[in-house]
Amino acid sequence: MPSLIDIRRRIRAVRSIQQITKAMKMVAAANLRRSQERILNARPMARQITRVLGDLAARVDPSAHPLLARRPEAEIRRVLMVVMTADKGMCGSFNANIIRAAANHILAHPGIEVTLGLVGRRGRDFFRRRDYPTRFELVNFTRKPGYEHAAAIAREAIAAFTAGEADTVLLAYNEFKSVLQQRIVIAPLLPIPKAQFDHADAAAAVDYLYEPSAQAIFDQLLPRYVEFEVFAALLESAAAQNAAQMVAMDNATKNSGDVIDSLTLTMNKVRQAAITREIIEVVSGAQAL
Amino acid sequence: MALPAHLALEIVTPDRALVHDEVDEVQVPGTEGYFGVLPGHTPLLSMLQVGQLWYRKGVEKFYLSVAFGLAEVLPDRVVILAQVAERADEIDVDRAQAARQRAEQRLASPQRDLDLERARVSLMKALTRLNVATRARTRG
Repeated sequence: MPSLIDIRRRIRAVRSIQQITKAMKMVAAANLRRSQERILNARPMARQITRVLGDLAARVDPSAHPLLARRPEAEIRRVLMVVMTADKGMCGSFNANIIRAAANHILAHPGIEVTLGLVGRRGRDFFRRRDYPTRFELVNFTRKPGYEHAAAIAREAIAAFTAGEADTVLLAYNEFKSVLQQRIVIAPLLPIPKAQFDHADAAAAVDYLYEPSAQAIFDQLLPRYVEFEVFAALLESAAAQNAAQMVAMDNATKNSGDVIDSLTLTMNKVRQAAITREIIEVVSGAQAL
Repeated sequence: MALPAHLALEIVTPDRALVHDEVDEVQVPGTEGYFGVLPGHTPLLSMLQVGQLWYRKGVEKFYLSVAFGLAEVLPDRVVILAQVAERADEIDVDRAQAARQRAEQRLASPQRDLDLERARVSLMKALTRLNVATRARTRG
């Protein structure tokens, strides 16, 4: 039986842990709101860029562009997979899920040589320890991803794809569905899935003047589009991470509440036992007289 | 067809929708040079370069610095998709000043395997920012 002092000490320790997890939950909630806002802020750009590209695709020859060139299914030998994890833990199974999904994906396609692009320290540490071939690493920004990070990732992806070092580039990230739910997405980034622009109705399109030319604009816009897709994924992942952390910390706070309750109960029992024992001692001492 | 009286101007960057307004006139830094847009402009799609953009609303002019992207012009609408865009009052003059000095130093003492193009672009960005910021100041 632990002594009264020991139990008191443990209760105090758990209580300060609870204070920390509660504070972390608040911080995560604030961050979550901010990252959700950023997703919303990115929407107009997404809408406009797809619309303009769809319009352009209708009047230039889209198959000519290297970023759209689909390689035959049978010839896909090498894949670059960009895995987006968080830099820090304390967010439940967020990192474990995405890492497991990525590793399973590699195992499920044994004939294909997968190179990794690692975003976030958690994923980097995991895959580095296991000696997976890695093309690039980017860490220490996942909580607040900037456009420049997206641009750097997109640059690597485009370089690998156009140099023929990767036949497909995949993005693996956590999509923010709701606060309680993250969905793991493994989606192709390159070649750009053409269906993205096909909805544009060529007849409804306006006849523009192009400066410098339709083809030139199309060619310059596609890499931007790739950057933007990466950026959107980073934002999703950041929001999902904050949501996961908020939920994890909320659970931790509740759990520590339970632990405190059960410790308090034990403490009271111990105290009762001690009192009873003392009374018995006093009574039996008195009888002996 | 009657000419539309105003232009619906939209400026969006990856982070945010910066401007969403009814304006009377816009000047845009296209790759082939600056061009002005008044209501009723013929449809035009142009790439942007680093430069200064302004729009006029009544008698008031608003200045922005933009860098790269695309402008879509329709008779009653202008949509700017910029990689970077800042309103004059958001520009950090000290930072732009520092960036300008850095870029100038790089260009003045070219070392090998230095990315001249990049240095040039960052110099242009810094100069544009400073320019736009000064405009806002002298006006206000």
